[in-house]
Amino acid sequence: MLAYLGKRLAGMLPLMLGITIISFGMMHLAPGSPAIIGQEFNPKVQASDIERLRAYYGLDKPLYVQYWQWLERLAKLDFGESFSADHRPVLDKIRERIPVTLWINILALLLTLAVAIPIGVASAVRRDSLFDRVMTVLVFIGFAIPSFWLGLLLMIGLGVNHNWLPISGMHSFGWQRLDFWDQQADLLQHLLLPVFVSAIGGLAGMSRFMRSGMLEVIRADYITTARAMGVPETSIRYRLALKNAMLAIITLLGLSIPGLIGGSVIVEQLFSIPGMGLLFYEAVMARDYPLVMGITVIGAVLTLLGNLIADLAYAWADPRIRHGRKS
Amino acid sequence: MSLAKHPLALAGLSIVAGVALLAILAPWIAPYDPTAIDVHAILLPPSLEHLCGTDTLGRDVFSRMLFGARVSLAVGFIAVGIAIAIGVILGALAGFYGNRVDAVIMRVTDMVLCFPTFFLILAVIAFLAPSIWNIMIVIGLTSWMGVARLVRAEFLSLREREFVLAARGLGVPTFRLISRYLLPNAMGPILVSAVLGVAGAVLVESGLSFLGLGVQPPNPSWGNILTDGKDNIQLAWWLSLYPGLAILITVLGYNLLGEGLRDLFDPKLQR
Repeated sequence: MLAYLGKRLAGMLPLMLGITIISFGMMHLAPGSPAIIGQEFNPKVQASDIERLRAYYGLDKPLYVQYWQWLERLAKLDFGESFSADHRPVLDKIRERIPVTLWINILALLLTLAVAIPIGVASAVRRDSLFDRVMTVLVFIGFAIPSFWLGLLLMIGLGVNHNWLPISGMHSFGWQRLDFWDQQADLLQHLLLPVFVSAIGGLAGMSRFMRSGMLEVIRADYITTARAMGVPETSIRYRLALKNAMLAIITLLGLSIPGLIGGSVIVEQLFSIPGMGLLFYEAVMARDYPLVMGITVIGAVLTLLGNLIADLAYAWADPRIRHGRKS
Repeated sequence: MSLAKHPLALAGLSIVAGVALLAILAPWIAPYDPTAIDVHAILLPPSLEHLCGTDTLGRDVFSRMLFGARVSLAVGFIAVGIAIAIGVILGALAGFYGNRVDAVIMRVTDMVLCFPTFFLILAVIAFLAPSIWNIMIVIGLTSWMGVARLVRAEFLSLREREFVLAARGLGVPTFRLISRYLLPNAMGPILVSAVLGVAGAVLVESGLSFLGLGVQPPNPSWGNILTDGKDNIQLAWWLSLYPGLAILITVLGYNLLGEGLRDLFDPKLQR
């Protein structure tokens, strides 16, 4: 087990290196320069000033030197300072944005699971029934619906026309003066729409996944055997079949780990939520190299770890893999 | 089995054909010039004169949507074309030669899969100037991995089959072997993922345009009309409703057609 883990982790290193080299190269080789330096058209800025700024940010050195220096600092977990006017460490900037995105995505994931699993199971158990057919159509619509459009319609319906829910940001005006519980209620109101919109995409996929997983298990021999032995149908469905069908969901959960932090640029942009997605959008627009690299590295690490956790969780949950029978 | 026995797939085919027809005929059907500004008709709600209303510059939204369909489909088709070309070539090489070649190509594929795709697209588009060509290329360059894996898997199983071994034994040259014997037998799954890929590319393009990184005004696209919709959310619901509906219907059509084709090509699923 430990040897396997070590091998997997060692295999991740070259992957990480490749990802950072490609990102770094692509970013620096693209035409244009960071917003803080790119002032060629400002008559008050002289060519010598621009040179000085480039030297200050270390952008005058050859690319491989810059990459090496960046890598050396990364080895010490130093992501560098943001190029933006506040010069704050990249890690601080990322750290303060993570909770919002994490909350929205965890709530969205829980909502997705709570709705998708029962739908998937019910569809599989009553296959080809009216319910299953209606759900199939809804799932197709769920796959095709642009989340930002759904968000816009909900904003118009619930926020603009009726004023039931706030349509942007995290807090109401003057929320600091509210007491603790009212503050939480206010936050919850603001999060309701973003969470719902984030969940829609996953809902279709997850329920479909659950349905096919369940269908596969229900046809298995041991289920037929259990039925022949007189095990009640409900306990066949919800104790035997569901448990095994859940294996597929575990893999999917591992794969959704990077998305928990990465967040959705579009949803955060739509609802003006200051999370990771919006931070990345701003960083990219301002060509804040260290910040873009920092977010890319964290995103890639989480993706790789997510894959690993998915594999491990799958192995742990499946007794055939857990007890010997190495693949 | 034919497509006619799948009502959903048939619906998908009709939608795909209908949208394509509207896009091709846009210059003849559109009641107004999509970029013509009319200061006397700003933000008019839908009426018989303007079927989907007008935007902040008095342009006819229905006409803009017709021309927007051209953008969406062009991006969808060309991006998918690029992805399929890369995926087929890499997948074929990996699956045909196996061993070292396979290991290297699959490592690269894994690496690209680890990039958060939408972030990558966003970064590249923002660094290069946003233009429809850049979008096609970037979407194409970030969506070939599925096709590569699929073609590889098909080739790995096909290359051991008798007719391939026989052709090999008869001395059929490698390129001919791949293009005449292996590839035609892998066409079904490739076609399915191409059709589904168009749906994905249309969604990504509309998202990018919505963020202001896609097709630039005054050229119309479904995504950038929706941006107008967000900016005028208190004033003009029609700017938000119709373009999104167009995206939904188009993507739905391609998904239905793709799933229908999948059932058609996969005998294991037929029951």
